[in-house]
Amino acid sequence: MKQVNRIAEGRLIDPNEPMTFTFNGRTLQGFRGDTLASALLANGIKIVGRSFKYGRPRGIIAAGVEEPNAILQVGATPSTQVPNVRATEQALYEGLVCRTTNGWPSVEWDAMALIGKLVGKMMPPGFYYKTMMYSQPVWHAAERVIRKMAGLGFAPTEPDPEIYDKINRHCDLLIIGAGPTGLAAALTAQPSGARIIIVDENPTPGGWLRFSDDQIDGAPALAWVQAARQTLSAASNVELLLKTTATGLHDGNFITAIERCRDHLEPTVTQGLARQRMHRIRAREVLLATGAHERPLVYANNDVPGCMLAGAVSAYLKGYGVRPGNNLVVATNNDAGYQAAIDWLAAGSGNATVVDARKAPTPSLITRAESAGVVVIAAAVVVDVVGSAGVKAAVICNYDAQDDARLGPMRKLAADIIASSGGYSPVVHLSAHLGHRPVWREDIQGFVPNPGHERLLFAGAVAGDFALSQSLEQGALSAQQALTRVGNDAPASPARSCRESIEFALQGLYLVPHPLSTAKAPPQFVDFQLDVSAAAIEIAIREGFESVEHVKRYTALGFGTDQGKLSNVNGVAIAAKALGQSMKETGTTMFRPNYTPASFGVMAGRDVGEFFEPKRYTAMQSWHEAKGAAFEDVGQWKRPWYFPQGDETLDAAVRRECLAVRQGVGILDASTLGKIDIQGPDAREFLNRIYTNAWLKLAPGKCRYGLMCGEDGMVMDDGVTACLAPNHFLMTTTTGGAARVLQWLELWHQTEWPELKVFFNSVTDHWATITLSGPESRALLAPLTDIDLSPSNFAFMDWRAGLVCGLPARVFRISFTGELTYEINVNANYGLALWQALMDAGADFALTPYGTETMHVLRAEKGFVIVGQDTDGSVSPEDLGMGWAVAKRKKFSFVGQRGMMRADCLRPQRKQFVGLSPLKPSYVLPEGSQIVFARPQSLPADMVGHVTSSYDSPILGHSFALALVQGGLDRLGEIVEVSVGPDRWEKAEIRSPVFYDPEGARQHV
Amino acid sequence: MLRIHCPYCQELRDEPEFHYCGEAHLARPEDPAGCSDTEWGTYLYFRRNPRGRHHEMWYHAAGCRRFFNVVRDTVTYNIEQTYAMGAQPAHDEAHE
Repeated sequence: MKQVNRIAEGRLIDPNEPMTFTFNGRTLQGFRGDTLASALLANGIKIVGRSFKYGRPRGIIAAGVEEPNAILQVGATPSTQVPNVRATEQALYEGLVCRTTNGWPSVEWDAMALIGKLVGKMMPPGFYYKTMMYSQPVWHAAERVIRKMAGLGFAPTEPDPEIYDKINRHCDLLIIGAGPTGLAAALTAQPSGARIIIVDENPTPGGWLRFSDDQIDGAPALAWVQAARQTLSAASNVELLLKTTATGLHDGNFITAIERCRDHLEPTVTQGLARQRMHRIRAREVLLATGAHERPLVYANNDVPGCMLAGAVSAYLKGYGVRPGNNLVVATNNDAGYQAAIDWLAAGSGNATVVDARKAPTPSLITRAESAGVVVIAAAVVVDVVGSAGVKAAVICNYDAQDDARLGPMRKLAADIIASSGGYSPVVHLSAHLGHRPVWREDIQGFVPNPGHERLLFAGAVAGDFALSQSLEQGALSAQQALTRVGNDAPASPARSCRESIEFALQGLYLVPHPLSTAKAPPQFVDFQLDVSAAAIEIAIREGFESVEHVKRYTALGFGTDQGKLSNVNGVAIAAKALGQSMKETGTTMFRPNYTPASFGVMAGRDVGEFFEPKRYTAMQSWHEAKGAAFEDVGQWKRPWYFPQGDETLDAAVRRECLAVRQGVGILDASTLGKIDIQGPDAREFLNRIYTNAWLKLAPGKCRYGLMCGEDGMVMDDGVTACLAPNHFLMTTTTGGAARVLQWLELWHQTEWPELKVFFNSVTDHWATITLSGPESRALLAPLTDIDLSPSNFAFMDWRAGLVCGLPARVFRISFTGELTYEINVNANYGLALWQALMDAGADFALTPYGTETMHVLRAEKGFVIVGQDTDGSVSPEDLGMGWAVAKRKKFSFVGQRGMMRADCLRPQRKQFVGLSPLKPSYVLPEGSQIVFARPQSLPADMVGHVTSSYDSPILGHSFALALVQGGLDRLGEIVEVSVGPDRWEKAEIRSPVFYDPEGARQHV
Repeated sequence: MLRIHCPYCQELRDEPEFHYCGEAHLARPEDPAGCSDTEWGTYLYFRRNPRGRHHEMWYHAAGCRRFFNVVRDTVTYNIEQTYAMGAQPAHDEAHE
């Protein structure tokens, strides 16, 4: 297999280790050290994608993270698919499978391109907004087309088998970027002993030095880089993290950095190693040494494959030994562009021409270029490109930088690669993540980090200092500054002499003028990934979008996965010119995390599957599982939902369990109820203030039901509280409300009533709670306990301490079913033993375990509310018909009292808690169904309430529901209509919410 | 991610240990029954939303379970000081 464009040994590759990979089904060869992009270019692959809107062929532009076009789908199997991979960042590995993500039927011959012009016209700037202004069907029709056309890859269809890690790190100084600036900083700071982390997105350090011929202290710069790497790797106080991208800079110098631990390796040989790892770094000081991205010039047809960045051409030549053509034309407005032409000819025969927009380029540079064989044409620009699937020629013309005007006739220059260099854009992204807008510097024609960012240091190219000597010097100075800030010794660093090939003199040039107006000229692309042209930006401004943020949203400029790394400054400049204002006035759009796309996997880390959320089990879990219980999630708790026998259905099991409790005795695991131990001389006073009812007279041995309201007077929790001793209470809460209620108690105690002597402690997990409920529960329990169960000694709403099955227990005679009930609390460690003992003893009574579903039916038959199901935060005690639980004459204005006196709470026609009997006695109304008084003639109907709970009742022999209905308590006996589907209605009668045993006789026996 | 100094634990801890609980120094009226609906509504629902310096209440949920006060800038997110419940902020001219 011949790699047609591989002309030499590159610095980063090992030609002794060839590797095969497939691209769109074609088998190709590259070398270890290649990126996917360099390997594709080596094989003469020009087209790597089709453009988003117009279906135009696109090729590789850049050699780094800023690449907008070469976005590929990588992965050989359905579960290892990785979408949105930048070919310029993906290391080649043996057997890599990749393909282009758009283009039909193929990327070389794309049907969309034929209609691309038409479709493009159909999608002007603001297309989405304009389309959504029409009716819904238009949008849906358009959406189908767009979804098919767009697409930068697809999600895996099977679960990701990879492991992802997270690690927390701390350091004195974090250096982001291991180019010359970052390395100089790290070398300066290292001897101090300070803890240093230095991260770089590339697999090797050095930044742009990897591709340059510059010298440091008389030796090639790369030798200095190698020495620096060795020094830093050997130092115990330095961590050098390569293949690691700092993706976000957050509050408090908290930085997320994603390490691609083994994306460079074949998936199958690396089982057990994390694919990616997120470093969560807390740094005392952060130094941005992120460098700069070269930006392209904007000329007509500048997206034809073969149009590249000048620096990328040098990178592929020097780093990878790849020369993607023979005839190079460099379009530049600065000195840096010349290097690509010099490197091009140094790599072998061919032609190289530099077209320099400046009238008088640096003379020494011209001499150097010309002596290397480069043809230099000054005061000229590349205006247009000949070719569609690949560059055939550059169209050039003289140019007067003074007037930004094209002069004289155009002529063609044969070329297969056009490299452009429009200057450098500092990589300011991270500096803006906390909201600091980058500021424009006219002298370098670029945005630099806002100096108002007090916590951030930045040096080198990101600060606008592009020269190597400046980078080394500023890097070292910044390190000293950082060390001083953290109170460390700051040793001076040696001055270094640099020999640099290039200076960075620059003439601002953004949109190259074309003979036709921008609107009529062939597209001059600004944002390649989202197909935003200069004309689109001008249209946006003509349509009245004057803020650069609005222009961005209207045109989608910079909205791609590349976040406009190449397009931002060009776009701002074109907008500024159209608005007739300066770059400084126009400003830039903001950059937000993440700097590059992050996988969902690395964000989730190990918090997936079983580790996603903790599960809470009661002490009796093993018994429930052994008996085949079906479980229900209640918060983090797993609660038995019902206990099917054989292949019993939910309905059949619940029916059996319900009747067992009503007619015999049932057993429920109620351990999950929240329990808060409250102690102190003022515990009673505290309860009196926090609950709506009165607590001053509750004696030891007694329990009371309490309602808890917010200050707005609405019910927020309920439960039974027992008086254990004069200064000692045990509060129960709803299962889901336990943590919230504890915080609520603490809030009032700590902020409003710190003078009250009272303490709260969560004891939910300390106790196992087993409920025996049913008319036979006394007969079952009596022989098992030393507590006298006779009603005269142990009445409803009493509690007693004693032994149950030989275990110390607190037994509460409270009831959530309306039947005679004993709630037995024992140390959680005894829970299973007690449950087993009760089951053994209960055999003669056909003791039936029941789950939460049966519990819900039984409590609903009694009209007992479940806070959060029958209430929704807008329901007062009065609305629930529970005015009896609100003390009218407490001395202290308890929490919620003033709230429930508001005019709105006192008005008639509030929604009230009632029962509903469907006229069809077998029909169970869906919970959440809306209620109207009469079937509406037209929509929207006047909705007067909704169904909150609804079941079939085995003991009543018919279905029933609980509901909130406007003025419901005054409408008992009236018939309402319940909406149960489109044009489907069921009639139901309003009645009391207490369907069973309204006198409450059964629980009082 | 903020780092917050708990005035009770006397430690600088990461934000996930804490819950934000809204504006600080909101005193419950001494006599709720004597409040008009408007006064009560103001106490219940009206909160400052300053651009800049803000006095907030936080709860050390995964720590000492204590509520405390924080002076934080809502623009820069810088935390100027934290102090115990019932205390007043130090050197605080802006605080009404």
